[in-house]
This record gives sequence, structure tokens and C-alpha cells, in this order.
Amino acid sequence: MSKKAKIKAKVLSQKMIAPDIYDMWFSTELSKDAHAGQFIGVYPLDGAHLLPRPISICEVDREQSSLRIVYRVAGQGTAEFSTWKEGQEAELLGVLGNGFPVDEGKGKKVVLMGGGIGIPPMLQLAKELAAAGTEATIIPGYRDDKLFLKEDLEKYGRVLVATEDGSVGTKGNVLTVMNELQIEAEVIMACGPMPMLRAIKAYAQEKGITAYISLEERMACGVGACLGCVCKTTHKDHHSHVNNARICTDGPVFDAREVEI
Amino acid sequence: MNTKVTIAGVEFKNPVMTASGTFGSGMEYSDFVDLNKLGAVVTKGVANVPWPGNPVPRVAETHGGMLNAIGLQNPGIDVFIERDIPFLKQFDTKIIVNVCGKSVEDYLEVVERLGDTDVAMLEINVSCPNVKEGAIAFGQKADCLYDITSQIKKKAKQPVIMKLSPNVTDITEMAKAAEAAGADAISLINTITGMKIDIHRRSFALANKTGGLSGPAIKPVAVRMVYQASHAVKIPVIGMGGISNAEDAIEFLLAGASAVAVGAMNFVNPYTTVEVVEGIEAYMKKYGVEDIQELIGGVQE
Repeated sequence: MSKKAKIKAKVLSQKMIAPDIYDMWFSTELSKDAHAGQFIGVYPLDGAHLLPRPISICEVDREQSSLRIVYRVAGQGTAEFSTWKEGQEAELLGVLGNGFPVDEGKGKKVVLMGGGIGIPPMLQLAKELAAAGTEATIIPGYRDDKLFLKEDLEKYGRVLVATEDGSVGTKGNVLTVMNELQIEAEVIMACGPMPMLRAIKAYAQEKGITAYISLEERMACGVGACLGCVCKTTHKDHHSHVNNARICTDGPVFDAREVEI
Repeated sequence: MNTKVTIAGVEFKNPVMTASGTFGSGMEYSDFVDLNKLGAVVTKGVANVPWPGNPVPRVAETHGGMLNAIGLQNPGIDVFIERDIPFLKQFDTKIIVNVCGKSVEDYLEVVERLGDTDVAMLEINVSCPNVKEGAIAFGQKADCLYDITSQIKKKAKQPVIMKLSPNVTDITEMAKAAEAAGADAISLINTITGMKIDIHRRSFALANKTGGLSGPAIKPVAVRMVYQASHAVKIPVIGMGGISNAEDAIEFLLAGASAVAVGAMNFVNPYTTVEVVEGIEAYMKKYGVEDIQELIGGVQE
């Protein structure tokens, strides 16, 4: 893995693709080493909000040396990001985190599950799996018919939509799709809100399959120094020796069996 | 041009250190910073046994700063001696170990274990606001501070820095108590106890409810306390609190600090420490300062 860095980047484009959901491309050399499931820190420019905002990588274009994030406006930092236009200079910290184990999908029935703002990392993951010869089934779960990234996902696998209100696809959540359409999985890779990840952990345990889940927590440094973003682990990890893995560095992707959530 | 400073007989190539808890044991930041360029790496607090720390959320951003309530999570002295000290020994920088404990005995055990290691100094954490037992309980009353300092001084083989809390009525009283008990130096300020409430959820931002405020927001408080403390005692003062660039660091030196430490700003700009080192040199060149000693306590009264 290459060295982490804080570097300048330029906004190539930005547009709103659903209510409060923004799609932004950066021109940045961080794209060189960026993989599915990893994230970058994006810095607000206003001076009062100091910490980098951890945002997962949605897509990487190595040839164009560019990187895409799709994020939800959740506070003052992301509200500022949403105002950035083409040509805006920004500062990024990256590349952070471990990413999804794409090799573990080889020759297996892989199902990707994204819930809400957990959908974006599934795009680069589907892309990398496809490049490695694994066509995944992708289940994005939305609240309603304000879908985003569906067409992008369809380029790399079979997409089965779930919506909470039933306006598109299966009414329910990602696991409703698994049960109603009788989808078989040998490996699950997922990102989304904690209740969804808990349900996936239980589902994988019941079926005796492996699930890799991407976790989220309030972060400060993003590089494993401050110990702000820990999660409880089943086994004593090599770093903390107190069953506290650092989500930013030991994760954000964990084997669901290894974390207590 | 001389940037060397000497504290309790230990020579540092420059006065720039890392503030405990913001830099791990240097490993995580060695991607960004050449540790050889730093005066010292001050490690995250280490106790006699592993501590799990507090529940999450442990951090929250505030205007111009952040709150943390990590709760001194650490792997314990055994792992620390096996892993962290050998890592830091590869670099040409001084190692200062921050020591924490729940009881005087805990502190003494760590201090004794470190006696035979290649550690330049010990920094005793009697000012962490985020743990229920120990730590700040020893640092908010002058007689308790005096007692623990003198007990540690009896066992310590390395010079001892007492890290003081700003959450006191009179910082000079605490500085004097540490000095009277034999402390070789004092460092300040640790974080200022604060609180943040999420008005949408009507809940505390931190699981611990309160946390320690750090970052640029606290700098003026820190400069004032460093000034007061350094004028109250003869032992050297290591100044910290919101330093984000060389100008901030020079302010602390002028206020009376013999060395400075970069804390929360490592999280914001991981290159801050080295930029401060280079910026101090540039300042000295600009103003024809031959020896950094000229700056220490150099504010005109």
C-alpha cells in the first residue's frame, strides 16, 4: 500500500442526483491507489470546521486520474462541499482504510448490498469484481423512488432494487429481496446503516456464509492515531489489545463475524 | 543559528514535540512526517495494563476545535515496551512517554518499567478529563499533585514532566506544587472540559457526555496559562494548546515555554509538526535571531 498524503485536488464536476445526494468528481493522484471500500477525507474550507470528512470512494478512473464521491449533505461540512463548482480547489486526505477483499469473491456467488448512502461504494466494488471476472448481484436499498446510481451499477452486474415504500422494485429492504426472490449468496459485501448491517450479520450467520461489512463512526484523524472511531471486536486485535479495532485503519471493512455491532 | 533547547539535562534538536494522544507512538504519522525532524515524540498515555477506553462516539467537532473523550485507551506497558519503543528508537528524535494510571501504584509501576528503557523523559498525565478514576483526580488539587509528583520522583530514573490541567482555579498554584515536589518540568495545557449537545436528537454528542476541548479555539487560554505558569516557577515549561503553525508556536515561546507541542492540529494537517519546525527557523532568520533562547520568555513586558 502506498503512503497516505494530504494533497490538493480539483473539482471536475458536481451535480445533485437525488434530494440531498451529490455526485462529485475530483481530479487527484489519489486515484492511483484507490480501491473499492476505501475512503478519503475531504476538508471544509471555511476555517472553523477543521476535521476531514470521511467519505467513501464511489468510483475510480485511473486513466483520467480522477475519483468520484457520492455523498449526502449531513451537516455544515458536506453542505459546504455541495456548493463547490468545477475548478474549485480542495484538499483531500487519502487513501484511507482497508477496502473490500475483491479476491474473496473469485468464483463465488457474490451479492453486494448497499443501503441509502451506503450504495456509492458498491459501484467501484462491482467494477473491480467485474474486472476480476466476478459478476455480482447488486441490491441497492432506497427509501423511495428517488433512485441514484442505478444505471451505473447496471453496467457491472444484475441490479435488484428494494425500496422501503415499494415504489420501485421489491417493497422492503435488501434482505427482503434476498428472501422474496430467493437469491443465493456465498459471499455478501455490504455498506449501509447499522440496523441493516446487524441484520446482514445475523443473516450470514444463519446461512453459514461470509459477509464483509463496511462500518462508520465519528472520526477525527482518519489515520489510526486518535483512537476516536473504534468498534468492538470478537478477537483481540494486534493493535489495541483490548478488542477495539480502529474503523479508519483496521476497517472500515470487517468480516461480520469479527465485530460486535 | 541554534534551535536546540535543553530541558532537565535532555537536549532536543529543536523545541517542537507532539502532544500526547494526538500522534499515537508516531507510527501512523510516519507516512506524512520525517520523525527525525522532530525535537521529541511524546507518546499516547500508557498504563500498567491495557485500558479499553470509553464508548463511542468519542470525538465531536466544535467551532475551531474538537472535543474528545477517548478515555486513554492503550495497550498496556508490556506491548508498549515491545512494540512502540523499538519503533521510535529507529529515529533520531527523543522519546517522551506519557504515563497514566488509576492509582499512584499504577503510575509507579509504569515509571519503574520504563526505568531501563531508552526513554528520554516521562510525562505524567494527571490531567485527562475523560476517565473516572485517577488522572485528573491527581491534578486538580495542589496537595494531591504534590503527593503523586514526589512519589514518582522517588522511583523515576528519567526526568519527570508533570502535565497540568487547565481545569483549575489557579494554574500557578499547581505549577508551584509540581515544582516543590521535585518535578523537572511541567507541560500545559491539557484539554479544557467541554460539552456538545445535538439539538436535533436532543442527545449528547459524546457518549461520555463531557470531553476535552482542543484545537485553535483554546489557544489564547493556553498562551495565558503558559505565561502565568512560566513566571511562577523556575523549572522549564512545555507549552501546548491549539498550535497550528509556527506563528502559534512562537507565541508560546515568547510567553515563556521552553518547548512546544502540536496536538489536535495533527488530525487536521498531518504535516503541522514539521511545518512548525521549518517556520520557526524561517522566523529566526527573518528577525536575525541567533539562538532560540532569545525567544523563550521574550515577550516585552
